Amino acid sequence: MSLDLILRVGTKLILPFILLFALYVQFHGDYGPGGGFQAGVIAAGTIILYAITFGIRAAQRVAPRIIAERMVPLGIFIFAGTGAVAMLLGGNFLDYSVLAHDPVHGHEWGIFLVEFGVLVTVAGTMLSLFYAFVERGR
Amino acid sequence: MDILFDLAERYNYAATIFLMVAGLYIVIARGNMVKKLVGLSIFQTSVYLLFIEPSKIVGGTAPIIDPDFSVYSNPLPHVLILTAIVVGVATISLGLALIVRINEAYGTIEEDEILNNGDGG
Amino acid sequence: MTLLIFVTIGIIRQRRLFAVVILAGAYSFLMASVMLVLDAVDVALTEASVGAGISTVVLLATLHLTKTIEIRSLRPTAIPLLLSVVVGMLIVWGTLGLPPFGTADSPIHAHVAPRYLSQSVAETGVPNVVTAVLADYRGFDTLGEVTVIFTAGIGVMLLLRGLRRRDEGRSGADQ
Repeated sequence: MSLDLILRVGTKLILPFILLFALYVQFHGDYGPGGGFQAGVIAAGTIILYAITFGIRAAQRVAPRIIAERMVPLGIFIFAGTGAVAMLLGGNFLDYSVLAHDPVHGHEWGIFLVEFGVLVTVAGTMLSLFYAFVERGR
Repeated sequence: MDILFDLAERYNYAATIFLMVAGLYIVIARGNMVKKLVGLSIFQTSVYLLFIEPSKIVGGTAPIIDPDFSVYSNPLPHVLILTAIVVGVATISLGLALIVRINEAYGTIEEDEILNNGDGG
Repeated sequence: MTLLIFVTIGIIRQRRLFAVVILAGAYSFLMASVMLVLDAVDVALTEASVGAGISTVVLLATLHLTKTIEIRSLRPTAIPLLLSVVVGMLIVWGTLGLPPFGTADSPIHAHVAPRYLSQSVAETGVPNVVTAVLADYRGFDTLGEVTVIFTAGIGVMLLLRGLRRRDEGRSGADQ
C-alpha cells in the first residue's frame, strides 16, 4: 500500500489513543456516558482504521479473522454465563445480588461482567462484518 | 390558527415526522437497493428521535446521578434506543450483504432491471 | 434539526451513491448532536460511533462491490409522494395529542423512571442510570439484543463467505 506519509504517521499516532478511549468508555461507563456497546464499536473502529490505512493483511496480522469470529459467540457466553452462575449460586437468572457477599457489590460485578460480554460480542461482530465485506471484494 | 400554533409548539415532532416520511418515500419510490437501505436507516433514526424527544425535561440533565442536580431526563428510552442503534447497524449490514449477493447473481442493484430480467428469461 | 431536513433532501435528490453515503454519515453525526442537546449522552455517543463510523464503512464497502450510479427510475413518483404526504399528515395529526415538549409531568415520566432514578445508586452502586438499567434491570432485554447482533453477524458471514465454488464457476463461464 503506497499511501500518504501524513496519513500513515497520523494514523499511527492516533491509534493508541482511540484504543485507550475505547477502554475508558468501557470501564468508566459506570460513572460517565459509555458502556459495552459504544466501547465495542470504537475498538472495532480502531482496527478498521488500521486496515484502511495499512491494508487488510496488516490488520489481520494484528487481529486475525478467526479471533474476531470466535469473539462473537464468546461474548454471549460470558453474558449468559454470568446469569447461569447467578442461578447456580441460588438466585434467579441474571440476579447479580448473589455474586458477592454484599448485594450492591454483586450488582457492580454483574454489570461489569455483562458489559464485558457485550463489548466482546459487539467488537467481534463489527470486525467480522468488515472482514467479510472486504474479503468478498478481493 | 390554533392548530398552527400547536404545530409551532411541536416543531421537534414535526421535523421528526418529516424525516420519517422522507425515509418512507425513499423506500417506496427509489429502485436502487443501496438507496432503499439508506432510506430505511433514515426512517429508523427518526424513530430513535421520536423515542428520545419525550424523555427530555427542560432544565433537566443527563441521567447520571450527581448530588448537584435533581432533575434528570428519563433513562428508559435511552436504554431502548442505545441497543436499537447497534442492532440497527447489524441488520442494515445484513441487508447490504444480501445486496452484494444480488449484485453477484443478477449483475445489477436496480429493482426494475431485476424484474425485467425475470420477465425476459 | 433544520440541518437534518436539508441533508435528507440532499439524500433524496442525489443520484451518485458515493455522495449519498457521505451525506448519510453527515446525517448520523447531526443526529448525534441533536441527541446530545436532548440530554441523551449515551445514545449520542453510540450514534456518533455506529452511525457515522461503522455504517459508513460498511456502506462504502458495499459500493466497492457493486455499482455507484443510480439510474433514473422509470416508475412514477407521484403516487409514493402522495402516500408519504398522507401518512405524514396522519402522524402529525396524531402528535397533536402528545404532551408539549420538555414538560416534567407528562405520562412517560410517571411510571418506572422515578424508581430507576431514585433507587439505582442504592441498589447497584452505579451512578450512570442508563448503564444500570441496561445491564441490570433490563438484563434479559440486553441479552436478547446481543443475540440479535450475533445472529446478524452470523448471517452476514454465511452470505458473504459461503458458496465460493458457484461464484468461481460463474466467473469461469464468463471468460
